[in-house]
Amino acid sequence: MMYQDIENKQEKSITGAPIRIGVDVGGTFTDVVIEHTGGRHSAKVPTTADAPETGVIEGIGAALERADVVPEAVSLVIHGTTLATNALIERKGAKTALLTTEGFRDSIEMAYEHRFEQYDLYMERPEPLVPRERRLGVPERLAADGSLLMPLDEAAITAHAAFFRQEGVEAVAVGFLHSYVDASHERRAGAILKRELPEATICLSSEVSPEIREYDRLSTTVANAYVRPLIAGYVGRLEAALRECGLACPLLLTMSSGAVTTVETAQRFPIRLVESGPAGGAVLARNVAAAHGLDKALSFDMGGTTAKICLIDDYRPQLSRTFEVARQYRFLKGSGLPLRIPAIEMVEIGAGGGSMARVDALQRIAVGPDSAGANPGPACYGRGGGAATVTDADLILGRIDPVRFAGGTMVLDGEAARDVIRRDVGAPLGMTDEVAAAGVSEIVDEAMANAARVHAIESGKPLAGRALIAFGGAAPLHAARLAGKLGIDRVVVPPGAGVGSAIGFLSAPIAYEVVQSRFVALDNFAPVLVDTLFDEMRAEAEAVVRLGAPKSQLEETRTGYMRYRGQGHEIAVELPECADAEEYRRRFDDAYRRLYGRTIPALEVEGMSWSLALGAVDQLPARLPATPPADAGLPSARRMLYDTEVGGSVEAAVHARADLAPGMRLVGPVVVVEDETATVVPAGFDLTVAASGALVLTWKTPD
Amino acid sequence: MTTTFDAVRHQVMWNRLLSVVEEQAQTLVRTAFSTSAREAGDISAGVFDLTGRMLAQAVTGTPGHVNSMALSVAHFIKRFPLETMREGDVFITNDPWKGTGHLNDFTVVSPAFRGGRLVALFASTSHVVDVGGLGQGPDARQVYQEGLFVPLMPFAEAGRVNEWFLEMVRANVREPRMVVGDLYALAACNDTGSERLLAMMEEYGLDDLAGLADFIVDSSRRAMCDAIGALPQGSWTHSMTIDGFDHEVELVARLTVGDGVIDIDFDGTSGLSDFGINCPLCYTIAYTSFGVKCIVAPELPNNAGALEAIRVTAPENCILNPPHPCAVYARSNIGHMLPDVVFGCLHQAVPHRVPAEGCSALWTLRLGAGQGITARAGSQSTPFQIMSFHSGGAGARPGLDGLSATPFPSGVRNVPVEATEAITPLVFWKKELRADSGGPGRMRGGLGQTIEVENREGAPFGIYATFERTVHAARGRGGGAPGALGRLSLASGRTLRNKGFQVIPQGERLVVEMPGGGGLGDPATRDPAAVERDVRRGLVSAEAARRDYGFGPGSSRTAPRR
Repeated sequence: MMYQDIENKQEKSITGAPIRIGVDVGGTFTDVVIEHTGGRHSAKVPTTADAPETGVIEGIGAALERADVVPEAVSLVIHGTTLATNALIERKGAKTALLTTEGFRDSIEMAYEHRFEQYDLYMERPEPLVPRERRLGVPERLAADGSLLMPLDEAAITAHAAFFRQEGVEAVAVGFLHSYVDASHERRAGAILKRELPEATICLSSEVSPEIREYDRLSTTVANAYVRPLIAGYVGRLEAALRECGLACPLLLTMSSGAVTTVETAQRFPIRLVESGPAGGAVLARNVAAAHGLDKALSFDMGGTTAKICLIDDYRPQLSRTFEVARQYRFLKGSGLPLRIPAIEMVEIGAGGGSMARVDALQRIAVGPDSAGANPGPACYGRGGGAATVTDADLILGRIDPVRFAGGTMVLDGEAARDVIRRDVGAPLGMTDEVAAAGVSEIVDEAMANAARVHAIESGKPLAGRALIAFGGAAPLHAARLAGKLGIDRVVVPPGAGVGSAIGFLSAPIAYEVVQSRFVALDNFAPVLVDTLFDEMRAEAEAVVRLGAPKSQLEETRTGYMRYRGQGHEIAVELPECADAEEYRRRFDDAYRRLYGRTIPALEVEGMSWSLALGAVDQLPARLPATPPADAGLPSARRMLYDTEVGGSVEAAVHARADLAPGMRLVGPVVVVEDETATVVPAGFDLTVAASGALVLTWKTPD
Repeated sequence: MTTTFDAVRHQVMWNRLLSVVEEQAQTLVRTAFSTSAREAGDISAGVFDLTGRMLAQAVTGTPGHVNSMALSVAHFIKRFPLETMREGDVFITNDPWKGTGHLNDFTVVSPAFRGGRLVALFASTSHVVDVGGLGQGPDARQVYQEGLFVPLMPFAEAGRVNEWFLEMVRANVREPRMVVGDLYALAACNDTGSERLLAMMEEYGLDDLAGLADFIVDSSRRAMCDAIGALPQGSWTHSMTIDGFDHEVELVARLTVGDGVIDIDFDGTSGLSDFGINCPLCYTIAYTSFGVKCIVAPELPNNAGALEAIRVTAPENCILNPPHPCAVYARSNIGHMLPDVVFGCLHQAVPHRVPAEGCSALWTLRLGAGQGITARAGSQSTPFQIMSFHSGGAGARPGLDGLSATPFPSGVRNVPVEATEAITPLVFWKKELRADSGGPGRMRGGLGQTIEVENREGAPFGIYATFERTVHAARGRGGGAPGALGRLSLASGRTLRNKGFQVIPQGERLVVEMPGGGGLGDPATRDPAAVERDVRRGLVSAEAARRDYGFGPGSSRTAPRR
């Protein structure tokens, strides 16, 4: 078990709740953070995969002890987890079946009829979560406008249910064509299945994801059914276990959107919990942005295997209506399962400390996406890992202190790092160890920069003028160089980055979003229809939000997913409270111009889907007070640091993060070391310590 | 031993250029109107040096533009010499012979200037929704009937858009706003590329791209030479017969692996078609190069260095090198077959690296209804025109079954049934994998699919058929059997022609059965567990399992009732 204290003396609890606990159940570790008037304490324990609640209880116990708090005093537990994601990646969900419109049972197998990798003859699409023998069709049919083309064959459903029973099916997804317009066939089918299969989980596409485009809707519904028995069971057991330990306070769960919801909703729509861990990181970055007054930010979370990048404007992480889980193929778009859920939009690439480096057929250095992971890990860990990794390169470049790594629990082997970098990169290219290591670092930094650039253009948002918020074990080592490549001149490294997601959960807003597809042309617009749709959505969202926030003032955001007639991609348009064609058109034009720099006059505009987000008024942390300048003490050491910007080694001062206090100011080249990572401050950057303990790097524009 | 960092810088800038063209392509996809551009990625984007060498091409895009867009830039430089180009100039064409093979594809070239000096050219290509003429389908007999032909000309001069040209376009196409919108999107994406390139040159203090261009082209050429050097040298010939339109078409290729180059010559291939399935040489080169690259060097990026090692020739007046004014609308019908022909040659050179033949040409549903087409003036039925991409089965691969209902070599995506039904009066009654259509083999060919579609208003509708493999199946290799033939028919039984416009009468259902891919290796050697799984999943019927795989009745299980 590892304990740690987060240096956080100035920052008080930012919400009204006196004592709150954040729990992040990851694949390897379970992180627990407790926030109370005395500051924050945390615990990191191994995840107990078979019964994750055991690890959670252990971690909470440890954190409570550390903070000297009794369980009864805790007012709220907020929980996020990758369990749903892992169940999908590892295919460890329920035995699931699909009931769909006759003639369409292969939709989830044919997917987009697309090869996401053009040149690879050996490309394989992910196997559907439900094999073909358990995907059955039912005679029934609605037209796109909701009119009845063929009535529902109820006898067929009963017969199929008998087959499912015989096969031992645990969960059934029901998805009929055009059910987003009229759910009556799905509801009836659901009722029959419930009667015939009382033990099974039943999920309707009209409830899970009432959106047009059958493959995406069915994929989402099937995934929800697939993980539901597992997650609903776990959440129920967790709630009971918490009570048993004296934690009678409410339990809330973080969703992919970064907001939190109740146990009931999480049990019903567990697919909305996918990737809640990284979402917590984005919420942390949002808070850091707010505390520092950075209205345009880019969060940068780099761990052992991947790097995740997220745009944050006006203290709101960018949201998306689509998410792709379990990308099997070098994180390539299209190689995973599409989910239509509200999610924080992030680009994830295979670039982390454990990413492996080699020389490709073009005699170029290539890094990732395959990773040595944490075990055996990079060669310098000395655990038998034989691959040259980014961490090995970082060690050679003087960024990591070999004796301080992981709080000094492990001494890194510099010679092993040099051997593998020389063997895999330096020797084939005729480069010295340093140049080869710098090459590895530059290539991985460029890959992340390119991912960020393409992501920004896809989002129609410029990168210029943003601040980079860096957390995760490897991010502070690479953040300054990444910022340089992106033309960003400020980098913020918050404290406690190793348990960033759990900290993020503590301030996640209570909110819920519902979406509904309904084709509406603005030149033939019925305001009543749209208003009624929004009223229904408001009622549905309010029912969920009120469970978690019975008295709070609520905030509503309406969004239309609209396009020019003839286009295939909708854009998100924030809408006013009352439906009005002219105003909708004006807002669409504004949004389109922001994205693409121009509008197309006289072309009709149409809306495909509509969403409503409702939440308790979101409380952002207050701006940090300015800190009076303080003298930084003498460096604890000096060492050679390779600067990839200039292409050579320079002598850098080394400071321990624990020795730095708010207001202190240092001039790069500097390395700030702490237990889990090190912040590299190259020449050209100034470092100041903010009131929160965050390190703020600022690029000095040369005069 | 390199102790300086410059070598790494070149690599990093190369990666940046690949990102620059990817941003260019993404901008184009996000703003495009035509289905084939936005849904299917029927676009391409690239950056060129001042000698016209392509330095990088976006991965997003279609193989149909591999090399063809690159050749196109050379035509632009010849027509508009570099010294005459000014900042803000933009050039355009849809010349099928100097662009990418048919009038629907517009290519736009924009010079990029740094400090008043020309440093690079950006080019992009996109399929626009309409160019007038007959509209969809292969029925034209001359390119004149296929619509508006725009020779190489300025789209904008020194920043001023050529309004007279746009006026001309608007007057000649069915969807003027969308088409003009797409032309603007092409120009705008080149601007995006240009901006990003200039930012990179600023960051690295580059005045020109000469050094970087040589580095990219030389490294790629070397890597391509190495890849070709790993093949045995020699010549191999292969031929494939396909359905064609007015006559069967024999595609004949002779592939020669030489010292660092691969030559493919199509001498012996059938002559011209009287209809719009002729395949201009630029498109022939594109799909031939793609086929070679897939086997020989799939991981190398497309650029002048990698592509110059693949040399493609076809005699004039053959269907793979038609002269003006041959009709060319459905040139993909032939072009998509070329990788299979290349594979047939390479199979003899490197036997275990090549898949079996597949459906290959797309089974795109081009459907429409309206006045003068399927209805009289004044008809109450809803007019529409759609193009919905679909695919049969791909060929079995060494060690892997073929992909079902998946395009190869084209890289398109389908359009969701619900999205099509929302904007047309059509109803799709079935869209399902077609059992027993995958060619039997040790590795099974991919399955085709069956689509049944009807006009729910009870009105007639038309199909612009452009289908292959209804007479000549996708063949297996190494003892593998052919995939099932495709078939176009009415639910009441009548078979329709595989090419050309036809009307589906009132109240009838159109049935489209797409072909399967060929099998690889002797079916008798297929893993019985794989056969059992296929039977359980209803991909192979019990009867076919017995017949094709000798899969005993004792071990066969009954698949669940649908």
